[in-house]
Amino acid sequence: MLLRIWLLTTLVILFALSVLTGPAGLTLVDTVRALFLGQGEAATLVMREIRLPRAILGVMVGASLGLSGAAMQGYLRNPLAEPGLIGVSGSAALGAVIVLQTGLAAAWWLALPMAALGGALAAVMLILLLAGPRGSSLTLILAGIAISALAGAMTTLVLNLSPNPFAASEVVFWMMGSLSDRSFDHVWIALPFMIIGWVLLLSLGRPLDVLTLGEDAAATMGVETRRVRMVMVLGIAACVGAATAVAGAIGFVGLVVPHVLRPFVGARPSALLWASALGGAAMVLAADLAVRLILPDRDLKLGVLMAIIGAPFFLHLIYKTRGELR
Amino acid sequence: MTLLSLDNLTVRRGECPVVDHVSLSVHAGECVGLIGPNGAGKTTLLRAALGLEPFSGASSLASLSAAERARAAAFLPQARQIAWPMAVETLVALGRVPHLPRGSTPGAVDRAAIDDALHRLGLDGFRQRIATQLSGGEQGRVLIARALAQQTPLLLADEPIAGLDPAQQIATMQVFSGLAQEGRAVVVSLHDLGLAARHCTRLILMHQGRLVADGAPDDVLTADLMAQVFGISIWRQDSPLGPVLQPMGVL
Repeated sequence: MLLRIWLLTTLVILFALSVLTGPAGLTLVDTVRALFLGQGEAATLVMREIRLPRAILGVMVGASLGLSGAAMQGYLRNPLAEPGLIGVSGSAALGAVIVLQTGLAAAWWLALPMAALGGALAAVMLILLLAGPRGSSLTLILAGIAISALAGAMTTLVLNLSPNPFAASEVVFWMMGSLSDRSFDHVWIALPFMIIGWVLLLSLGRPLDVLTLGEDAAATMGVETRRVRMVMVLGIAACVGAATAVAGAIGFVGLVVPHVLRPFVGARPSALLWASALGGAAMVLAADLAVRLILPDRDLKLGVLMAIIGAPFFLHLIYKTRGELR
Repeated sequence: MTLLSLDNLTVRRGECPVVDHVSLSVHAGECVGLIGPNGAGKTTLLRAALGLEPFSGASSLASLSAAERARAAAFLPQARQIAWPMAVETLVALGRVPHLPRGSTPGAVDRAAIDDALHRLGLDGFRQRIATQLSGGEQGRVLIARALAQQTPLLLADEPIAGLDPAQQIATMQVFSGLAQEGRAVVVSLHDLGLAARHCTRLILMHQGRLVADGAPDDVLTADLMAQVFGISIWRQDSPLGPVLQPMGVL
């Protein structure tokens, strides 16, 4: 309970800071007036159309990625598991890259998010097909690695066949992951999918707790392991697909946040779900603030910053757990 | 009361039957020892009986819904898995999950069951310890306590005493025979023939997937059957605490 209050407080403070930070040079009074009273045309536009959707998206994307990471780690009973691991992020990115390259994204604003969602869902279907009705966690990981590799190869192929360097660079920048220049359109397109994903994943608390004892024990304690796997994969596809659609590829949130918060919840996977959703939102908001403060003029990408923080952390985790990995 | 009945249960891996037309019933009050050499099919039999393996034939447990089965039988798998560094009490409390309606928290009955399970396994002083930091044998006892907290009429335990020290082996078998005396039933697979003889009310001997003998320990642990199934000679002596059996040599 204390942890939730602490995380919520941090989240509210970061949200406020996110809304108050930007290149427009508005004072605190200006921003509050613009946001709540609509006073000042330019300021209102900046606040309501640029900063507010950016902060809201930060919360949505971060919560989705943190929650997905916690659910995935709980299900696979592996602290190294990450949504990207089962190929959902990679496939979502592939869908997006295809519409960016074919020009569909420019022709129809819905094309980009829809393609990312489609990619994520395709990955999920393929996973279910490969892992089978009685597939173990190991089968799921292996299927995910294969799908990630395939999505990566296809993305590279699309870039390779790029008609001009500008199209290729647009794709490369998009893949870096960012929350800048987003509008409420992005919020509305991602929100329904994310809400479905949140509901699905948050319903898995008790089964994930029981899975601590292994799949055999869980299956004899009333957990329908096949249903749990289905709900988890669909929930992650909805969350990660929607997040990738509106923000590009942002990695490591699902790895770092559950790991940092686990000791504070007594390592209980059910408690970690809520905590990681709040923690993920806070982390993405903080990182998105950092990209605006560190290099305000150079459009530092959120995904790049997350990778710079996350990759060494990943190495540290592998180093710490290398004795247990077989 | 019959708590488990298997009828012509058969499990195949390809063409090869791993469990071959096994029929048996387990009744309340029985502590059944499941014995046999490695690869005899003991683990597969237990898993198939619970519906964890595809099989042909019939199992009264496997035909239940997952929720009903969890209240009818508890299972202690051979592999001791504790994925996260959770407190002993939290882990044992997981045994109450099948009895808790969705969204509810453990009540007085659940807490009593958890306390009882911890007490029976001598884990009272371990409640707040982190389970993954305990020794292998202590973790084994935590997992047995978890299965006891499930408070089912039937407990199926797959080699629960492997890796425990002698005192804990005896204490654990006493817990199992105690459950049987209370009117519940236990099916426990094990390799220690002496402990099986002293603590089980009935033994089931398996060999190459088939049920070779099923009866009172004295009728199953005969020199002939031990030679035929295990390929060993056996030394036997009766003591005030029950029979002492010691494998002496490989035939």
